[in-house]
Amino acid sequence: MTARRFILEGLLRGPLTEPAPRADETEVRRLAARLDAAAQRRLGRSLAIREVDAGSCNGCELEINALANAFYDLERFGLRVVASPRHADVLLVTGPVTLNMREALVRTWVATPGPKWVVSAGACALDGGMFAGGYACERGVGEVLPVDAHIPGCPPTPAALLAGLIALVETNAGR
Amino acid sequence: MTGTLGIDGRSRSLGAWRAVSVDAAVWRTAVQTLAAGELQLIGLWAEPGVVRMALGDGVGEAAVLELACPDGCFPSVGAAHAPAIRLERALCELYGLTAEGAADVRPWLDHGRWAVSHPLGAAEPSERRTTYPFLPAEGESLHQIAVGPVHAGIIEPGHFRFTVNGETVVRLEARLGYVHRGLEGLMAGADLDRAARLAGRASGDSTVAYALAFARAAEAALGLEAPLRAAWLRALMAELERLANHLGDIGAICNDAAFALMLAHCAVLRENVLRTAHAVFGHRLMMDQVVPGGVASDLDGPGEQLVRELTATVRERLPALTELYDDTASLQDRTVGTGVVAPELARRFAAGGYVGRACGRAFDARRAFPYAPYDRLNFRVPTRAEGDVNARVWVRIDEVGESLSLIEQILHGLPDGPVRAEPPAGAGEGAALVEGFRGDVLAWVRLREGRVERCHLRDPSWFQWPLLEACIEGNIVADFPLCNKSFNCSYAGCDL
Ligand code: SF4
Repeated sequence: MTARRFILEGLLRGPLTEPAPRADETEVRRLAARLDAAAQRRLGRSLAIREVDAGSCNGCELEINALANAFYDLERFGLRVVASPRHADVLLVTGPVTLNMREALVRTWVATPGPKWVVSAGACALDGGMFAGGYACERGVGEVLPVDAHIPGCPPTPAALLAGLIALVETNAGR
Repeated sequence: MTGTLGIDGRSRSLGAWRAVSVDAAVWRTAVQTLAAGELQLIGLWAEPGVVRMALGDGVGEAAVLELACPDGCFPSVGAAHAPAIRLERALCELYGLTAEGAADVRPWLDHGRWAVSHPLGAAEPSERRTTYPFLPAEGESLHQIAVGPVHAGIIEPGHFRFTVNGETVVRLEARLGYVHRGLEGLMAGADLDRAARLAGRASGDSTVAYALAFARAAEAALGLEAPLRAAWLRALMAELERLANHLGDIGAICNDAAFALMLAHCAVLRENVLRTAHAVFGHRLMMDQVVPGGVASDLDGPGEQLVRELTATVRERLPALTELYDDTASLQDRTVGTGVVAPELARRFAAGGYVGRACGRAFDARRAFPYAPYDRLNFRVPTRAEGDVNARVWVRIDEVGESLSLIEQILHGLPDGPVRAEPPAGAGEGAALVEGFRGDVLAWVRLREGRVERCHLRDPSWFQWPLLEACIEGNIVADFPLCNKSFNCSYAGCDL
């Protein structure tokens, strides 16, 4: 009963979903140059994302999770978060890459079929951030995997994440 | 309290608590007192040649015992008091100490991947080692399911080893440490500013709680008091953090019972909180806003108005959401009676937050060790008796109400004045216990010439993870995500 009322209310009130942030044109061109036409055809306008926490404080995960809420509604852009790397086109990686997570990250990447993208998100993933230089961490995802794009922030805001990921979709759409 | 342990008066102040140097005999007595349930363990940590334990009566008294162990050996706490086992394993391998009599000497944070072993002690070159002996479970037709460290959802990495009989879980053992970044090592030598930022990244979802615990410990060490207005603004941030996490998790728990409607609505409210935090304090999670000496940003008139609008919105939407939770039989069917924690276990482990409160342990650091402004505010510490997923959801729902009320009281009573006092470049030792959304966060720090010499942060989840493992026993595997989400323990906060 209560559930039905919620659904009805949702229909009457109209969506909260906001217009998409614009992808940076130069970023799209830069990414497109890295992808050949065959890969573009295969990936199309829809991308499956596998998220890997490689030593994050979990702040980045909170904001990536927020992409699913009604304001950002990630899926309307053809972006889906999938449960297995075997279904993924994109690895979205956070954290400085702890040595304890290094192998799991590499194995996740190996399990992801090509063509594939690696996107690092957050200050830690860029160069280790505040955790660089210790005995337990690498200096970012780039030390371990070939990174195609980086989304800055600590943590990146959902809007920044969305803009970065949309740039990938635009690239694949082969404009 | 130190009287209970037969300790004389030679102690030094850590702020609210006192620290006492003891010998091995008193240390052993303390362990027996913990094992007998007369006192509860608040923390256990080390530095080269020294171990410390914080213990309390669970109501309002606590002390830190310090044992010098120049030969690297100390009497095990975990041998008699299980809640200490993992803390002990972690400190032994980080600092190269030996817990005499310990039953479980498997490594915890050290997965055999670092270039050195005992990285914060002698730092000897390490041998690579990747096997880990899980605890055995024997019986007919048992099999194992290995999950993680990379999980299906967007959550932190950890490994869960289930031993199951058909659908029923016989034993669950967690293996953590995957996100060990070496926080204690990075803290040593950091200036106050960097150390505060590191503390705020121990567990991102509790960044305010950690930054507050660290700031209060540092202030205690320096004999500094943050201005009153800063204390009130810190509480405002802490309650906004609690609100955001509870709202998000209530939705996520229901989603793990395949009821996505709650998640959709709760996630909108959570987003409202984060947007308000961003507009008012300049950061959605309020990272780096609590600093030693005060807060980094003040609240202005328009900001105050935004917070008022936020509480009004949540108050308006909450009753219908609560009703939706309570009225949906298929949801209740999943949450009631699932993942029951025995009250005795919660007491023994001194489990904080909603995990403890859902089985009647009413501990709350804001009440037991009141810090400004909570000593001036009215709030209840909601509890339930059943200890199941449903009880944990209800404690959270009730705490949302309490946080809303606290935020309104803070806006009403917020004193005028400065929001930051410059910390002197002094020396000293301090400790603080702060109530984060998951429970009590402990910070201990020793400063010298304005830099951190040593710092230890203890996440509430140290005392909650083991209860998750216990409460899943006899449940079906498919209910694990639900139980797990109802705990929402921190990986990063424990792995450090
Ligand atoms: S970038 Fe910031 S939020 Fe993300 S994992 Fe690192 S410290 Fe946490």
